Amino acid sequence: MTITIYIPGDSGALAVGADKVARAVERGLSARNIEAVIVRNGSRGAYFLEPMVEVETMVGRVAYGPVKASDVHSLFDAHFLDGGNHPLALGDPEKIPFIANQTRLTFARCGITDPFSLDDFRKHGGLRGLENAVAIAPAEIVKIVTESGLRGRGGAGFPTGIKWKTVLDTPSDRKYIVCNADEGDSATFADRMIMEGDPFVLIEGMAIAGIATGATKGYVYIRSEYPHAIAAMEKAVAVARKANVLGVNVLGSPNAFDIEIRSGAGAYVCGEETALLNSLEGKRGVVRAKPPLPAIQGLFGKPTVINNVMSLASVPIIMDKGATFYKDFGLGRSRGTIPIQIAGNVKHGGLYEVAFGLTLGEIVDEIGGGTASGRPVRAVQVGGPLGAYFPRALFDTPFDYEAFAAKDGLIGHAGITVFDDSADMLKMARFAMEFCAVESCGKCTPCRIGSTRGVETLDKVAGGIEPEKNLALVTDLCNTMKFGSLCALGGFTPYPVMSAINHFPEDFRPVPVPQAAE
Amino acid sequence: MGRIEGGPCFIMQPANTEIAARTQGIIDELKHLEGPLLPILHEIQQEFGHVPQETLPVIAHALNMSRAEVYGVFTFYHDFRRAPAGRHVLKLCQAEACQSMGSEAIAAKVKQALGIGFHETTADGAVTLEPVYCLGLCACSPSAMLDGAVIGRVDDETIDEIVEAVRA
Repeated sequence: MTITIYIPGDSGALAVGADKVARAVERGLSARNIEAVIVRNGSRGAYFLEPMVEVETMVGRVAYGPVKASDVHSLFDAHFLDGGNHPLALGDPEKIPFIANQTRLTFARCGITDPFSLDDFRKHGGLRGLENAVAIAPAEIVKIVTESGLRGRGGAGFPTGIKWKTVLDTPSDRKYIVCNADEGDSATFADRMIMEGDPFVLIEGMAIAGIATGATKGYVYIRSEYPHAIAAMEKAVAVARKANVLGVNVLGSPNAFDIEIRSGAGAYVCGEETALLNSLEGKRGVVRAKPPLPAIQGLFGKPTVINNVMSLASVPIIMDKGATFYKDFGLGRSRGTIPIQIAGNVKHGGLYEVAFGLTLGEIVDEIGGGTASGRPVRAVQVGGPLGAYFPRALFDTPFDYEAFAAKDGLIGHAGITVFDDSADMLKMARFAMEFCAVESCGKCTPCRIGSTRGVETLDKVAGGIEPEKNLALVTDLCNTMKFGSLCALGGFTPYPVMSAINHFPEDFRPVPVPQAAE
Repeated sequence: MGRIEGGPCFIMQPANTEIAARTQGIIDELKHLEGPLLPILHEIQQEFGHVPQETLPVIAHALNMSRAEVYGVFTFYHDFRRAPAGRHVLKLCQAEACQSMGSEAIAAKVKQALGIGFHETTADGAVTLEPVYCLGLCACSPSAMLDGAVIGRVDDETIDEIVEAVRA
């Protein structure tokens, strides 16, 4: 049996030295005259254990981590290629609690397979969804996706099937599938992980969307801050074309579908779907007014499905196992699983895919293990830069679209940033306004001007200048931005600002200036 | 909102023939794409290290757009440079997840070590320092990117290594 060693090529693993480890392993193999294959897999998402090296042994996979290049020599001495014991040994990776307790549907293969091997993809259940899709009528596919209860994972939570139905029902000579991979929110990395770790699942999901709606061309718009994801997707698309997964006859069917990868250029607002469409067309990334909906007049004025990476990557499993299988996970109107990204000042940071319904406290304290600094958790921002800050008092909130909305928050792209008690919430509120000011596309006034006025007014609060009056002004301004902005950038910036003011009022009180003692 | 740095008014110069020829080559290669402007600007920046102002009228002419439209797109996006960067480009993530792990203190130390602020290049042209808002490495914060290579869990030791690498 050829020895197979898995060393993640995921950029999160590269950032903590996976390439150095791979080179050290290669050197160790040649020095010992051992023949082995090194597979650069994706990450399983347990970043606190990265770089996590796995070896395929007689008894299955055995993991070691976090491995530094300097540990490799001792790993060889401990016979890690046979699963030997070592202080870094983690045993069967599937039994590591952080991994074992997940429900991996969208991320079923991520971190396990070779991201660019279509054979590996097939062996682990890939392409079954697409095979089912080419065998049935487009309306049937749309019906299954609608029945699954899948909602847009980009943040808005709009039912995916309904979006697809609108595109299917709008006649046009040309339609598009656009994948929004402009994952700009801090604390989110699920899209990046899937593109680097299991790119074929996204390609499969987009091809299914194309067949379901009559679109023949797909674009993946990836932010330029993700060079590794761009390279991975380009490589995977080339492999898929060669194997007729993409092309004029998708899997030998009469359906044509092809994908092109496009790079963003550093504008956060292009994560907003209409700004993204303008950017793809070669224009300034300015938000469009809706209506018309992109589903009716989208890219180049044609009917367009624009979905987030996670939404599209969740489609293959639904088409493989059926709507009921997927719908049986979750609670209320939030069906299926959600890849929660636990980030920031947290002990066990990483991606955790699970059915909707865990409480925020379970996620932060039990799965995340509290802060990395060991200090008490003070605030948790849920949903990226436009999400609300939650105090410990709200940790009983279940992870579900409606439950978070009821507490004046949002789950967004399901990123969670943990802050310890050193966080200054006035500073975080100011940062939210400042970020909005820098990234505003400038089209609507509440966002363009409101954000700058917000920074100035919060600076006055910080300086102790009429704090009560100025806080009232910020509250009023947030109300205007929330209801008067064209898109979520201006419309949601009030979430972090107002939640910081409401839940952490002590940070917004003027600091008494001590009287100078004569 | 595009970031518009200070400096003199940006005047469209008639195209320098060599730059114009290389630009035309890039345009010819990419013009068949749907919405080719961003791919063209990316490729020009790849070719010249920045987007020379002389290229903009060439693009405008080839794509049948006004110069103002091309200029508007060029200035909207943070990525496109109007002047070449240093030999190295160091990006420090300053988004929320990295802030929770002390990215501001990291930035302060790097700025002091290099003697420059954000959006500045050292006098010897060795390195340009930039903030970035999320590299998607939020479970290994604080993070940075040096010439496209990702670095996570940045600490004092990493800062020293980075500063040494860019100074070499």
